[in-house]
Amino acid sequence: MSGLGNIIKKEVRELLTPVTFLPIILVALIFGAMGSSIQGIEQGAITPPVIGVITEDNGSFGTMASTILHTQAKVVYNSTTDSDQQTGVNTVKQKNGVALVVIPENFTERITHGERGTLEVFWIMKGAGVLDTISSSMLEGLITQINTNISRTLIKMNSTVNAMVILSPTQSMQTTYFKNREFVGLSPNVIVSTLSSQSLLIPIVMMMIIIMAGSIVITSMALEKENKTLETLLTLPVKRTSIVTGKIVAAAIIGLLLAVIYMIGMSYYFAGLFQTTSGINLAAYGLVLTSTDFIWIGVSLFVTLIAGLSLCMLLGTFAKNYKSAQTLTFPITMLALIPMFLTIFADFDTLPLGLKMLTFAIPFSHPMMAPRALLFHDYTLVIAGIVYVGIFAIIMISIVVWVFKTDRLLTGGTIKFTWLKKIFVRRRF
Amino acid sequence: MAAIDVKNLVKNFGKFQALKGISFSINEGEIFGLIGPNGAGKTTALRIVSTLLTITDGSVTILGYDLAKQASEIRKLISYLPEDAGAYKNLTGRAYLQFIANFYDPKQHRQMLDKGIKITDLGVRIDDRVDTYSKGMMRRLLVGRALMTNPRLAILDEPTSGLDVINAQEIRKLIKNTATSGTTVLLSSHNMLEVEYLCDRIALISEGKIVEEGKPRALMEKYKARNIEEVFIEVVHE
Repeated sequence: MSGLGNIIKKEVRELLTPVTFLPIILVALIFGAMGSSIQGIEQGAITPPVIGVITEDNGSFGTMASTILHTQAKVVYNSTTDSDQQTGVNTVKQKNGVALVVIPENFTERITHGERGTLEVFWIMKGAGVLDTISSSMLEGLITQINTNISRTLIKMNSTVNAMVILSPTQSMQTTYFKNREFVGLSPNVIVSTLSSQSLLIPIVMMMIIIMAGSIVITSMALEKENKTLETLLTLPVKRTSIVTGKIVAAAIIGLLLAVIYMIGMSYYFAGLFQTTSGINLAAYGLVLTSTDFIWIGVSLFVTLIAGLSLCMLLGTFAKNYKSAQTLTFPITMLALIPMFLTIFADFDTLPLGLKMLTFAIPFSHPMMAPRALLFHDYTLVIAGIVYVGIFAIIMISIVVWVFKTDRLLTGGTIKFTWLKKIFVRRRF
Repeated sequence: MAAIDVKNLVKNFGKFQALKGISFSINEGEIFGLIGPNGAGKTTALRIVSTLLTITDGSVTILGYDLAKQASEIRKLISYLPEDAGAYKNLTGRAYLQFIANFYDPKQHRQMLDKGIKITDLGVRIDDRVDTYSKGMMRRLLVGRALMTNPRLAILDEPTSGLDVINAQEIRKLIKNTATSGTTVLLSSHNMLEVEYLCDRIALISEGKIVEEGKPRALMEKYKARNIEEVFIEVVHE
């Protein structure tokens, strides 16, 4: 065998271990489950939006708008009188629809007289994630199509109306219903983009803390083994719980410090980002976090940090050296990234059941979801999250302390992945 | 009271039996040597006595405490020096000794640190980072760490491993003096001259069993050997 071949064989042998592959397999399975669930959301993007339509206008443009909506959307409520508006909204809600569109009596008349025709849109918003706005975006697309068709007709007719009206012949009066609140003048897209920009900070901070502090804990355990200091430490008159807690707290402090440094830079980025958003003041709609809410977020963050670092500590007990510690940080990174993206792109309430269970099961999700939940006074989700993560932390710490009391820590942790080892051995050269 | 009383100690690692029912007893203030070939079970026995490994079967009593039930009490009285131990590389020698001293009675911190620095005999290098130390300097630091806490039982696995002749000689004298002041010493070594010089009694361990035990001189007479090395070869090859 050549020198190169010999080196490659040795390196592959070293890297082809269950510890290297299991985290990746686990993450692949999680992504697989996520993919199946997200397919359901994507399905929503290719099916027509479910809407209700009230057509009070018998004129040509009113009929045109109504025809476009009826042919390109799934209309679950149809009426010709505005007095049915509340019934329409309720029906659309029941049928899991996206909006009720009202074409008022004077719609055609206003346009032919050189004024913009008004379409009244009553949005039923289900979730505050980016993916939740797919259906509303599709309806907005239909409204744009109505606009274009009317413009085209006005141009064909050689209409004498104002050029600005020809280019943009309709305007929308929007009201959004979301979590028992009414947002007059706002569309779901505007609400989601405003909420997202304001609740993006905590998921990113949480992710950074977990990744940084988590890798510190795992590496710390690996270095204790690699530098042969662990045996001495374990024979000193100090409780196992103190060793575990000491390592977790120290990593949390350093992780927080690193995150603060990181966030100083990020805060400038966010400051710029907020200025470019819609400029909607959500406080005017009662969507503001109180000091009590911030305490809840703080508790959620703290409990999650302890739970996350306990999990890292457990993983760290399997690390034999610095090299294997690097591999073990990968699942933690993924577990922090998955809820971060989920909370940005989707709303917990509108997730499919499988994804909802996965999101809830990942401890890092909870402080990421907490700000949005607290804005809408959903204390149940926040408190349930804190309780769950607290129990998770206690279980993790108990397991770690148990591992510290066994031989596993010194004898290399004999996890018997016999079946996996057999596969590797069979396939090895 | 015996400092260590080991009865029918068995230790299994999965299907492998590292210790097959060994028994020995060490008196307080005695230096007891556990010697044997590589893989005989010396380090496993020392790790068990140091509270690092659990017992599969049998019993171990250390200074009146049952190892299986009172490990935390035992840790207050012992000091263990592993064969291939290391220290925290980003600390200075002094900071490392201070870190260890901090686990003990605050009233003794100063005295422990002074004693540790004296044993290590590193001079001004005590304030250098540990990762700049040679193997010999590192070993002296670790011996200093192990003995500075005034343990009632010192468990030393190859205490002079990696040291040159002069440094090794100094450490041996130090161990002897430590025992004179009342500390019981349980050590393992491959160096038979060291064992002969240091130990009041020795046990020869082979394949997880104690095959011979006694005072070095008595064993030499029994096997008509000129030194312990010859006793060792005779017993192990029997």
